[in-house]
Amino acid sequence: MRFFSLCLLLMGTLALAGDPTVEEIVAKANAASYYAGTDGKARVSMVITDAKGGTRERAFTILRLNGEAGNQKFYVYFEEPADVRKMAFLVWKNAKGDDDRWLWLPALNLAKRIAPGDKRTSFVGSDFVYEDVSGRGLDEDSHKLLESTDTQWLLENVPVDTSSVDFSRYTLWIDKKTFLPAKAEYYDKQNKLFRRVEALRVEEIEGIPTVMESKVSDLVTGSSTLNTFTEVGYNLGLDDRIFSERFLRRPPKEIR
Amino acid sequence: MLRPYHLLFLFSLIPAWAQGLAPHGFADARFGTRTGDDPLQRDIALAELRLELEFNHLGERSELMVRADLRYDDLDADHWQLDLERGSGPLDLREAWLQFSPTDLVDVKLGRQILTWGTGDLVFINDLFPKDWQSFFSGRDTEYLKAPSDALMASFFPSFGSVDVVYLPAFDGDRYLTGERFSIYNPDGGATGRANPVIVDPLNRWFEDDEVTLRVSGNKGGMEWALYGYDGYWKSPQGFNPETGNAIFPGLRVLGASLRGTLGKGLFHAELGHYNSKEDGAGSNPLLPNGEWRYLVGYERELGTNFTGAFQYYVEHMRHYGAYAQSLPDGAVKKDRNRQVITQRYTLRRMKTNLMMSLFVYYSPSDKDGYARPAVNYKMNDDWQLGMGGNIFWGEQPTTFFGQFEDGSNLYTSLRYSF
Repeated sequence: MRFFSLCLLLMGTLALAGDPTVEEIVAKANAASYYAGTDGKARVSMVITDAKGGTRERAFTILRLNGEAGNQKFYVYFEEPADVRKMAFLVWKNAKGDDDRWLWLPALNLAKRIAPGDKRTSFVGSDFVYEDVSGRGLDEDSHKLLESTDTQWLLENVPVDTSSVDFSRYTLWIDKKTFLPAKAEYYDKQNKLFRRVEALRVEEIEGIPTVMESKVSDLVTGSSTLNTFTEVGYNLGLDDRIFSERFLRRPPKEIR
Repeated sequence: MLRPYHLLFLFSLIPAWAQGLAPHGFADARFGTRTGDDPLQRDIALAELRLELEFNHLGERSELMVRADLRYDDLDADHWQLDLERGSGPLDLREAWLQFSPTDLVDVKLGRQILTWGTGDLVFINDLFPKDWQSFFSGRDTEYLKAPSDALMASFFPSFGSVDVVYLPAFDGDRYLTGERFSIYNPDGGATGRANPVIVDPLNRWFEDDEVTLRVSGNKGGMEWALYGYDGYWKSPQGFNPETGNAIFPGLRVLGASLRGTLGKGLFHAELGHYNSKEDGAGSNPLLPNGEWRYLVGYERELGTNFTGAFQYYVEHMRHYGAYAQSLPDGAVKKDRNRQVITQRYTLRRMKTNLMMSLFVYYSPSDKDGYARPAVNYKMNDDWQLGMGGNIFWGEQPTTFFGQFEDGSNLYTSLRYSF
């Protein structure tokens, strides 16, 4: 009996040893979540529900182009609500250093440059934060593999600089087959769970596993935001020139 | 003034209506009251209802846009006198344009449009497109600071960036202050008020009183640079015609440059412009504005979570100060050689950005005057927004730019429904 347990334990250790390293897992999860294909497009519908059940809605189209060394460019074109209709948001994500960001204000015909900011703040008034959308630098956290099940890895991530963020640690469940994060749970400085991000539905689009529905819950305020993705496409051959002031002034054909 | 092509654009809407396309836009009500007492003006500063309707058709290679405000402001001198240049009367036509791309490297935009460039925050050097100071001071939404231009804009995209050329066949001046809503300093004594507004010699002959402006710009790894040129007229009637006794828009030529990028944990911008007052190159005519150098530097950064602060330093430097000082008649108020202005902006967002509080302040250490714009805006839901704010002027002398409006300080409140 003892021998049998020992064997099981050994097998378990061997299985763990056969797993990729924790660095490999987070790198692959990051690539699957934020860098799929050479470029991508999606239409996003967002429903923000407050604790009393009141809702606000957002609709926008997002274009993404991968660059060199982890750099990326994003173009976000807003359709709803009415007061932000036709606004566009341009981001040049710099893997090292602050992002360059512009907001197009159509009524003023103005490309307003936005100062580098706290990435843990609300994205377009939702429960998602800017970092959920554009990704978090891998070297900003130390990562530890806590558990490996048949289908998932469970990781614990502790920020290197705790003063720059609103959490003390977060746990991440990553799907072994797709490398997509299935769930993330954030703990505050008192080590109390306060925020959860979940992938609710994953589908294969052009052979690429893609999150088609995701939800973030603010466990303190009771507010939540549901994202639904449609018109998802990859490897569209997006032109780098789209991500410039010219196409803030006039939307590119990809979103017309 | 209503021009034939404006009607053409309005008619082009009929198919859109016929197809039953619901327009977008908003309904906006705002009311403002003066905090001080100005015997030359009414006690209310603004009492306006505005319905904005927007019709937009985005085609594969072209876009058609008409955005028109139906409006009633109790302060208009004549409610039914349509003046599309000043945006007074029952209709303020904000935009009516056609945009198309004849080739992959050219964009053309033709018609009535809002134009903006340059790096300043509510300070303009190379942006010589018309401004609506009357709206800005009286509590309308900040977007109304930009008045429309009737123009042809052609943009070209060589490998280094872009070249924009804008031609305005007839001069589009600022919607300047006439004394109708804000009393302005009058060197002949007293102030110019509602009963005796400034009279200006017209400057509106097509293809004669025209303006042309150019920008060559690029973006190198997030560092944005631009060179600018302008040939036209001072945008507000800063000159005086001794024959008619009226104010005039004297000729103006400007060359300038700007830079904008990240610096440390924030954003910086710098801009300069060389103002050549065409009819007074030597600066010796006291009835015309002197040539100037204008400089601006600014920096903006986040001070806390959802809290940003910004600072700008701006100088208008008279290029021919000796000639100016010598040409002044006895007893006239002599301006300083350098008009310096410092601006600060603080923006605080709360409740997932649904509540925004901001404060913008102009302060001139040389003129010893200033102007503060506090504002609060709350998005109650996706449709309704509630706003409150103020326009507070102060100054030691009634002869300085902001000082003359001290009695025009006002507070306003607004309610907007967007659809």
